Amino acid sequence: MKSAAPKYVGGAAKAPTGITGFDKITGGGLPHGRTTLLEGGPGSGKTIFALQFLVHGARKCKEPGIFVAFEEAPNRIVTNFETFGWKLAELRKKKLFFLDAQPTPDLIQAGAFDLSGMLAALEAKSEEMGARRIVFDAMDTILTLLPDEAAKRRELYRVHEWLLSRALTGLITAKVGGDEENSVGKESVGFMQFMVDCAVILNHRVDLGVSQRNLRVQKYRGSGFDENESPFVIGQTGFDVAIARMLGRVDAKVTNERVTSGVKRLDTMLGGGYYRGTSVLITGFPGTAKTTLSGAFAEAACKRGERTMFVGFDSDGAEVIRNLTSVGIRLKPYVQNGLLRMVSARTITGSAETVLVRIKALAKDHKARCLVIDPVSTLSKAGNELTAHGVAERLLDWSKADGITLVCTSLLDEMSAPTDGGTPLQISTLADTWIHLNYLVQAGERNRGLSIIKSRGMAHSNQVRELILSSSGVTLADIYTAGGEVLMGTLRWERESAERVASEVAAVAGKLKRVSLDAEEAVLQVRATSLQTELEAKKVEKTLLTRTTESRQQELSRGHTTMRELRGGDAAAIPGRQRVP
Amino acid sequence: MSQHQMFKFRLFIAGDTQNSVQALANLTSLCQLHIPKSHEIEVVDVFRHPKRALAERILMTPTLVVLAPSPVRKIVGTLAETQPLLQALRLGCFA
Repeated sequence: MKSAAPKYVGGAAKAPTGITGFDKITGGGLPHGRTTLLEGGPGSGKTIFALQFLVHGARKCKEPGIFVAFEEAPNRIVTNFETFGWKLAELRKKKLFFLDAQPTPDLIQAGAFDLSGMLAALEAKSEEMGARRIVFDAMDTILTLLPDEAAKRRELYRVHEWLLSRALTGLITAKVGGDEENSVGKESVGFMQFMVDCAVILNHRVDLGVSQRNLRVQKYRGSGFDENESPFVIGQTGFDVAIARMLGRVDAKVTNERVTSGVKRLDTMLGGGYYRGTSVLITGFPGTAKTTLSGAFAEAACKRGERTMFVGFDSDGAEVIRNLTSVGIRLKPYVQNGLLRMVSARTITGSAETVLVRIKALAKDHKARCLVIDPVSTLSKAGNELTAHGVAERLLDWSKADGITLVCTSLLDEMSAPTDGGTPLQISTLADTWIHLNYLVQAGERNRGLSIIKSRGMAHSNQVRELILSSSGVTLADIYTAGGEVLMGTLRWERESAERVASEVAAVAGKLKRVSLDAEEAVLQVRATSLQTELEAKKVEKTLLTRTTESRQQELSRGHTTMRELRGGDAAAIPGRQRVP
Repeated sequence: MSQHQMFKFRLFIAGDTQNSVQALANLTSLCQLHIPKSHEIEVVDVFRHPKRALAERILMTPTLVVLAPSPVRKIVGTLAETQPLLQALRLGCFA
């Protein structure tokens, strides 16, 4: 596979076919003004391809076209292709001409002939309507009328020369050739392959009962192209060629916007939720609540008012809704108001490629911003494992390019160990966020554990959480690790309740202590008051004592003086008197 | 079959390509041989009158259209093989 998109700078002019994948593979379409050979077995889609090329030219490129029908009546072709919505009847009035060139069955042959008559007629018509594109459908039909190999080559050469000289973009389809060895008229087709400027091979094979259509560009003069076989499907609007990752196409809408996963604690674990436009993979064994988790995402998306599509492979849409209601996820109102479309993909049969195309078409039709595919691993069962991986890759690529937030679940093989948890599609490496769910059997219980294995570009928790489903919704709980053992379910509950009891006891004990302290404080308070009162009394007593002592002394000294006066004592002998002037 | 019945032919040719020239020569000599004086030949060159070729769905040249006697038949080729034409004209017994 060419790793990068080939550069077609300065290449030959291209005539777009309107088949997106094909135009990408060839860098623009068929060689303009040259001849292309389209080979393929019966029912390989040659006529559809050819007609789509003309319709696109007439409608989008202002290049009217002529369809030379060697095999089928034009009216039948128009009727058959009405389902694609190409409005052939309308185009037929001016821009698209069908030449009924079926050889009449009662045609009598008498000697050599050539195709000059047809070319002359076509020339007149193309000049009249200004045709730029011309398709010869089932050229082999007319070639078989020619007697020998030389005559076939001569007529092919004549047609080719005519196309080149008129600078018409020609497309010749031939029922023969392809990659099959035992095809009829191999020689003349071989000659055509060398003659034309571009050769495209369509094949249609059945692998293990599943139809696979592939397209391969065999040669393209003067232009690069993707050399690999590309799967294609014939969808509701025509051809759809699947193309491998083309660089420069994705990474267009990178945003930092987060969208919730629908589970609050999971958002916390992811640091805010998924990034918008990324792809999320939820892996797990059957019954690990993958659908529930994706349902929660869908519900959250609808709550935000975003158009969402839920593709369920396992069960019917109504069943999913009923089952999710039991865990508090109510999707029914959103289905009723048209925001949510439930698609039961069990009804889509066919290869993985077909399923992808159908999903893409439905999502486009619904204008979905969020998409849930549950489980995506079914893809590898619907077809062969070889192509399913490519399909998953393109699914992720497409959703990213369209800015759709994709949540897909993937069933793990029960035999594989949960530790190596790779998915059958190997999309775990491509997905941006990978959430793994598993069971932990312990003490006779099965409990669900959730862990984030990777999440690009965001900080995320490395811890396992217990996923709890209840009628009120989906929650996550911390798990207990004790002595190197992880506790979940009842054991976790026991642990939790034990802790609750312990904390209650502690609370009561604290209360008690406080009360007793209060009491002691009160006692001390009372004692402090009585002591204070006693102190006051002592103070009063002390003051009283001082005052009594003073007055007694005064009385005493006054008594001495009076006694001395009475006795007529010497003044000088009285020290107190000497100082008095 | 009556000798007096008129045979009407329209021969579509592509200019003076080898096949077309041969066809005209073969038709003329065949008529001279089998149905002299009771035939009409109209020659249409598709290069000059492509619209007529388109209208009558003439893809291969040369193509001889037998207009009468009915039914209308188309015979392609140089008419070098006379047998098919004679059978178509129910002239086989005279050959």
